Amino acid sequence: MAIRSFFLFILFFSSSLSPVFSLYEDQVGLMDWHQQYIGKVKQAVFSSQRAGRKRVVVSTEENVIASLDLRHGEIFWRHLLGADDVIDGIDIGLGKYVITLSSGGSILRSWNLPDGQMVWESSLQGPKHSKSFLLVPTNLKFDKDNVLVVFSNGRLHAISCIDGEVLWKKDFEAESFEVQQVIQPPGSDLIYVVGFAASYQFEMYQINAKNGELLKHESASFSSGFSGEVSLVSTETVVALDSTGSILQTISFQDGKISSQQTPISNLVEDSLGPAVIIPSSVSGIFAIKTDAVTVFIRVIGEGKLEVVEKTTHEIAVSDALSISEDQQAFALIQHASSEIHLTVKLAHDWDGNLLKESVKMDWQRGLVHKVFINNYIRTDRSYGFRVLIVMEDHSLLLLQQGEIVWSREDGLASIIDVTTSELPVERNGVSVAKVEHNLFEWLKGHMLKLKGTLMLASPEDMAAIQSMRLKSSEKSKMTRDHNGFRKLLIVLTRAGKLFALHTGDGRIVWSHLLRSLHKSEACQSPIGLNLYQWQVPHHHAMDENPSVLVVSRCGPSSDTPGVLSFVDTYTGKELSSLSLDHAVVQVIPLPYTDSTEQRLHLLINADKHAHLYPKTSEALSIFKREFLNIYWYSVEDQNGIIKGHALKCKCTGEVADEFCFDTRDLWSVVFPSESEKIVATVTRKLNEVVHTQAKVVADQDVMYKYISRNLLFVATVAPKGSGEIGSVTPEESWLVAYLIDTVTGRILHRVTHHGSQGPVHAVFSENWVVYHYFNLRAHRYEMSVIEIYDQSRADNKDVWKLVLGKHNLTSPISLFSRPEVITKSQSYFFTHSLKAIAVTSTAKGITSKQLLLGTIGDQVLALDKRFLDPRRTVNPTQAEKEEGIIPLTDSLPIIPQSYVTHALRVEGLRGIITVPAKLESTTLVFAHGVDLFFTQLAPSRTYDSLTEDFSYALLLITIVALVAAIFVTWRLSERKELQEKWR
Amino acid sequence: MEKGKGIMGSGRRWAVDFSDNSTAPSSRDIPDPPGFTRASVNQDDSTVSRQKKDAESNWKAQKAWEVAQAPFKNLLMMGFMMWMAGNTVHLFSIGITFSALWQPISALQGVGKVFEPYKDNKVDLLGPKLLFIALNLGGLALGVWKLNTLGLLPTHASDWVSSLPPAQEVEYSGGGIPL
Repeated sequence: MAIRSFFLFILFFSSSLSPVFSLYEDQVGLMDWHQQYIGKVKQAVFSSQRAGRKRVVVSTEENVIASLDLRHGEIFWRHLLGADDVIDGIDIGLGKYVITLSSGGSILRSWNLPDGQMVWESSLQGPKHSKSFLLVPTNLKFDKDNVLVVFSNGRLHAISCIDGEVLWKKDFEAESFEVQQVIQPPGSDLIYVVGFAASYQFEMYQINAKNGELLKHESASFSSGFSGEVSLVSTETVVALDSTGSILQTISFQDGKISSQQTPISNLVEDSLGPAVIIPSSVSGIFAIKTDAVTVFIRVIGEGKLEVVEKTTHEIAVSDALSISEDQQAFALIQHASSEIHLTVKLAHDWDGNLLKESVKMDWQRGLVHKVFINNYIRTDRSYGFRVLIVMEDHSLLLLQQGEIVWSREDGLASIIDVTTSELPVERNGVSVAKVEHNLFEWLKGHMLKLKGTLMLASPEDMAAIQSMRLKSSEKSKMTRDHNGFRKLLIVLTRAGKLFALHTGDGRIVWSHLLRSLHKSEACQSPIGLNLYQWQVPHHHAMDENPSVLVVSRCGPSSDTPGVLSFVDTYTGKELSSLSLDHAVVQVIPLPYTDSTEQRLHLLINADKHAHLYPKTSEALSIFKREFLNIYWYSVEDQNGIIKGHALKCKCTGEVADEFCFDTRDLWSVVFPSESEKIVATVTRKLNEVVHTQAKVVADQDVMYKYISRNLLFVATVAPKGSGEIGSVTPEESWLVAYLIDTVTGRILHRVTHHGSQGPVHAVFSENWVVYHYFNLRAHRYEMSVIEIYDQSRADNKDVWKLVLGKHNLTSPISLFSRPEVITKSQSYFFTHSLKAIAVTSTAKGITSKQLLLGTIGDQVLALDKRFLDPRRTVNPTQAEKEEGIIPLTDSLPIIPQSYVTHALRVEGLRGIITVPAKLESTTLVFAHGVDLFFTQLAPSRTYDSLTEDFSYALLLITIVALVAAIFVTWRLSERKELQEKWR
Repeated sequence: MEKGKGIMGSGRRWAVDFSDNSTAPSSRDIPDPPGFTRASVNQDDSTVSRQKKDAESNWKAQKAWEVAQAPFKNLLMMGFMMWMAGNTVHLFSIGITFSALWQPISALQGVGKVFEPYKDNKVDLLGPKLLFIALNLGGLALGVWKLNTLGLLPTHASDWVSSLPPAQEVEYSGGGIPL
């Protein structure tokens, strides 16, 4: 018996030690969810296929090309091009190929429309950089082969649509020539290339589309110059603005002759306001100009005469033209009016008549309409129907048809800037009895089904029911806090300036809010969201106070533009208040202090290195004053290679008499020599990380004391030559230096040089260790290194009696100005993948062992036990070390296929991995975001503190009942037998 | 024991009572057989019983020493078992160690009871008892020693510091690369 239990024990231990984190197939989707997005749509082309499912091909600002189902908005297929492979244009050729031009017009690809497979790819070179154009003429044939006309890099190409072969090319090498339009009049064999030279000369080239021969070259100079774009109003007329933006030039180049006419805008619009810009549109005969307040539509009537057709002060968006028949073009126009948008579809030559006029209710949280794409279909009564695809300010994509929103996609979530989490509301008591009874019945039924499943009695239908029940567990998507802390809100800030709250249970959007403070306004021209911080996290008043987050944004791209703060309630998504600051925000430092309402104190540093305290209350000020001398801050000037430490000095002097503003003084600086080192990565510990213990017990009961400090900064520098791409330097010219710097005193605690190594460096800092990933040029492989830092000054705290009686100073507060004696241990390993992101799991108490989460180049998240990155690994560990769990040293880190957190899925365009502790110590929540979103729960040491989700409570219950019954029966039997014995 | 009770109970057709009721004259309903004189038996009784009592107390003392020495065998066996179990913590070694700890403790608790049958005015039980206690204490010491070799006793510094939270830092510094 003892031996058997011993074996069981061994079995249990061996299974728990081997790194198995994998899922069973039927567990996919229980804890995790995956959402696919595409990003803000730049261009959309409707497939004109008669048969098959209707689809639209889109290109987006996230460099995605995707084919969407027009009925439901689902993704048929999708390709993410690289970050530096920006899509310039897409079109559909021959009705079955999607043609994309990308990378500044140097790569042309063709994809099969039904399944998204790549058909061919051509690389297009040219003499100089220029605008790029992609034209797919419908009737331009060349040996029965349809021809694509591409202008890119100062060269005009004609390319076969079938195999991507370049048929002919023509260079435009004139030094100052800037191409503005490439025109291929339908039904002719001519191509017009028009542009400006030296910004005051209009140039026109007429080219034979069959062979690329230059037929004609005309130029005319315009003394007033040009500005902005040109708008094509007919195949042989363009409209441009002069350099002041006040005179319209109508240039026609009919038959190769350039003639022009000038019309001052003030002649057309009486109360013209400031300089105008042309809104690019391809509707023939009509173009639009926009000044600050008004948008004016102007029609061209023959001979360059202009006529205003409409003037509007509403925000407006116009689609490109859509040919609905031989000589008719339609276009869509969308105007905003309070809570509605008005969609009108007009014919190009008939402004006053509307083909369609619809009003659609629009959630103002979506903001303004940014882009409109129009498509037509033929109704059953043979009249034309129109559907429009609109892109909103929050980057969402909607399809409107017959006055309704058919579907919408929240594609803003493809560009997340920052993520934070918030707890859900506490469950209030008052659950009705009926609900409980219903639940009880359901509960029993569910468990009976599960029991059948475990006893292998379930039919396939039952199995399906069990699976769907598991997936649709209402428990996990409740809107209240749960005991284990699995249910939370993920608050994400997107590039569009919209805040979303996602439920961790199923990933649904709980609320979304387009920040008013991130709206364009007079004071704030181009606001951009920067970061999210937890502003108020109520613990004491959790029942009656809502948590809130702080959104820090800035009015423009440069760092000295004033900042904007907004405070958002995380339960409701309401913007509680917003502050337009009179100073810039260069850094935000959340302080480890909260006031009586549990608002966290934040220090905002402006461009002049003044520190501003928020919230601006006297209480916060008194807390701050108490800790005034202990607060420091540091700045990393990665351009100059300087790290500076600062201390707070006194109240601001000079113009601003504000008691919440403080002057700072420089304390220390670390200057990296610019000729040999360049900062490529800095990383610190997460502010909210919890460390359970300061001691590390090593083999033979020995103790090592971790050097745990919140104020450590890891800095990686590379040789300036080696900061380019991998392989651009020889190993001798390249090195990587890693530093550990104390940010209070500026002391360099550790420095190590990796010769022959190169960035990019990805690093993560946790507890007393830092792990970083870089490229080793000598070994031609990626490497990961670990540095662990231990406190030697505490090492002699080994007297057991002192420790038993508590007579030690291990937990007394320490000052960083006392000289620390540290030792570091480090080791390096080869690693196969290049990385996109790196993170580490974090748990509530910090007891559970850690796993590194590596975002691989294949857009997956790989979990790697920290035990593999332990500098104490040796080739032949002793028995004691083996018992401690030290793995024998190998030169490379293993990649265990089962430990992919994302299992079979891919988080396209992976940018960041965030880990949040659950209340249950064993479990951590992982959120990975890129173009896609992925969320899951991880238990790095397995769920040692809870029963698994598929634990059969019914089986347990039945076993207990059976046992009790058996005990009772045997008791009765023995009683009876005893009585009989007595009577014998 | 209980079966005996059953025999004593009625319900059987016949029963033979072997118990000697001869000492109680009142129970003697049947006259003695001829030639049997009860007096002679009664005469020898005192000397025989004295002899018997001496032998019994001797026997008791001997037995008490034997009982007192019993844990020694136990000790040897425990030692062997412990050696077999090895020094790693698993179910087997823990079971043995705990039984090695529990046996002496329970034996020490029941010292009085163990020597109850040998209690006699003439027998000196102090010596056996002391030996018994000493041997059991030895067993306990062996168990504790085993516990220590298994590393389950908090005798190392690591046992006392492993849950110490990190020390607080007085200073706080934040910052980084400008936003």
